Amino acid sequence: MHIVVCIKQVPDSREIRIDAKTGTLIREGVPSIVNPYDLHGLEAALRLKEQHGGRVTVLTMGPPMAEKALKEAISLGADEAVLITDRKFGGADTLATAYVLSEAIRKAAATWGPVDVVIAGKQTLDGDTGQVGPGIACRLGLQQLTYVERIVSVEGRRIRVERHLEDGLEVVETSMPVLLTALKEMNTVRRASLPGMLAAARYKPIVWTVADFPDIDVSKIGLKGSPTVVGRSWVPEVRKVDTTYVDGAEALWEALWRTDLPERLGWTAGEEA
Amino acid sequence: MDLEYQGIMVWVEQRGGVAKPVSWQLIGQARRLAEKIGAGVFALVQGDGVEHLAQEAIYYGADRAYLIDHPVLRDYRTEPYSISALETIRQVKPEIVLIGATYQGRDLAGAIATHLPTGLTADTTMLDVEPNPSRLLLASRPAFSEKLMATILCKKYKPQMATARPGIFEALPRDEGRTGRIIRLPFTMKEEEIATKVLEFYQDQDRVNLEDAQVIVAGGRGMGGPEGFAMLKQLADLLGGVVGASRPCVDQGWIKQTHQVGQTGKTVRPKLYIAVGISGAVQHTIGMDGSHVIVAINKDPQAPIFNVAHYGIVGEWQKVVPELIRVISAGKPAAATAGGAAK
Repeated sequence: MHIVVCIKQVPDSREIRIDAKTGTLIREGVPSIVNPYDLHGLEAALRLKEQHGGRVTVLTMGPPMAEKALKEAISLGADEAVLITDRKFGGADTLATAYVLSEAIRKAAATWGPVDVVIAGKQTLDGDTGQVGPGIACRLGLQQLTYVERIVSVEGRRIRVERHLEDGLEVVETSMPVLLTALKEMNTVRRASLPGMLAAARYKPIVWTVADFPDIDVSKIGLKGSPTVVGRSWVPEVRKVDTTYVDGAEALWEALWRTDLPERLGWTAGEEA
Repeated sequence: MDLEYQGIMVWVEQRGGVAKPVSWQLIGQARRLAEKIGAGVFALVQGDGVEHLAQEAIYYGADRAYLIDHPVLRDYRTEPYSISALETIRQVKPEIVLIGATYQGRDLAGAIATHLPTGLTADTTMLDVEPNPSRLLLASRPAFSEKLMATILCKKYKPQMATARPGIFEALPRDEGRTGRIIRLPFTMKEEEIATKVLEFYQDQDRVNLEDAQVIVAGGRGMGGPEGFAMLKQLADLLGGVVGASRPCVDQGWIKQTHQVGQTGKTVRPKLYIAVGISGAVQHTIGMDGSHVIVAINKDPQAPIFNVAHYGIVGEWQKVVPELIRVISAGKPAAATAGGAAK
């Protein structure tokens, strides 16, 4: 089984501060991490390999510093890790990103064998869209199972998973090749072993640039290939309202009856609301 | 303006013939945008035995409902849903397509936008349009853990697509007087052609429907432990509402994550939101400050929750909440004016 995992190096958005005066992001000193959902995707891939044999290839598109994310993937047990990097890929939105990653998955298939499963995190911390996974599935004609909480079984070419939805759990089965997007609930990510760390230290990630994709349509990559652009951005203001302070529960209940709530909520006199 | 693409299409998400509220919320918002530019509002209804939802979509404000009623559309599956949605979009050519940012909605939107192809903005919380002739969709969304808002534009591709967070936009009142056309579209896919099978669905038993609740009683760090939530439940039950919580309570394991309101939880806008022992960090208030009436009960008069509260009680919840349960149980207060609704 050949499993490809798409990961992304992201700024840890929990650590990002905003300059209140200028309304801009303060990125300095913000640590770069592997998008947490992607690590759960990688863990799921490693477990599939352990159970069914095969290999795990990790891909990332990003600047050269994203090499660090790939080394982390190697330390956890990935077989190969590829950095897809080129200035021409920069400024890509989800449509252009999914295009490049899908071309890279084709190339990974040509290099290491047909791909059975592609796994991505359910979304990234920085982009926060969850659109790249479906974009890849569409372009490669893969079956698409998003928001996977558990892989239930793999039998032959059929894979059965549980998808987490707002109102419950769905058990779904489909055929490979398939794209899954991973939730945190899917697994607990392992720690790197000592041999893993040594392997990562020695490992030189494979680098693919635009030149490595002779058939790529350059009108579909990077900024040029991105239909969406960011317009205005601003720091959201917390709404401030005039608070009416009331003295205790009884005064509050009386005050609420003077609003339009009784009408809107159908409160009736005499009995409880 | 691009005359070829006109109108705003909204995907009506449903399970078992019951629509998700976000569908009607987005039809409401589409109506507001449509008024600004003089466009039509179209509902896209897919499912098996869902004709009544096409009618409902019109009652909620759609001018036309495109109905694809077919046995293979019984459960949501990416392939048949995206194929039939694409056929419809290519035929109708709406200038804007809006889809709820639910799990299924995001699954579908990503597939459709790639196939078209066009730009897709995820998880928007503000939707506006520039007036004629540009009619550009201004799709705004929080970024970087809600610390920044950004407007995303899709200038050169049509339709302009966005998913929108449930609970943000207000549905129009359902009006059976509204009329519109229901247009049935054929669909020829066969079950044998679809690789994906939905085997089972387990409804979450502990499910809390925060997004649709009219009343939410939410507890925060000030609750001090899981015990007090039983009392909040009692208060919520009395008001026909549900219990919410801020993140610290969930992190401490006092209550399940499904109750969480705020940045990493749900965005809600009930008619009445009672915040008990919640300090009011922006990560929480961003998820509830659209509520119609907000009441804060907190012993700290400096707590930022009072900045967003219409009514405040400075005091210990252990004292205030039982009293509130008592006075509400007694019914309409004697001091209230007749009819109750007078301001």
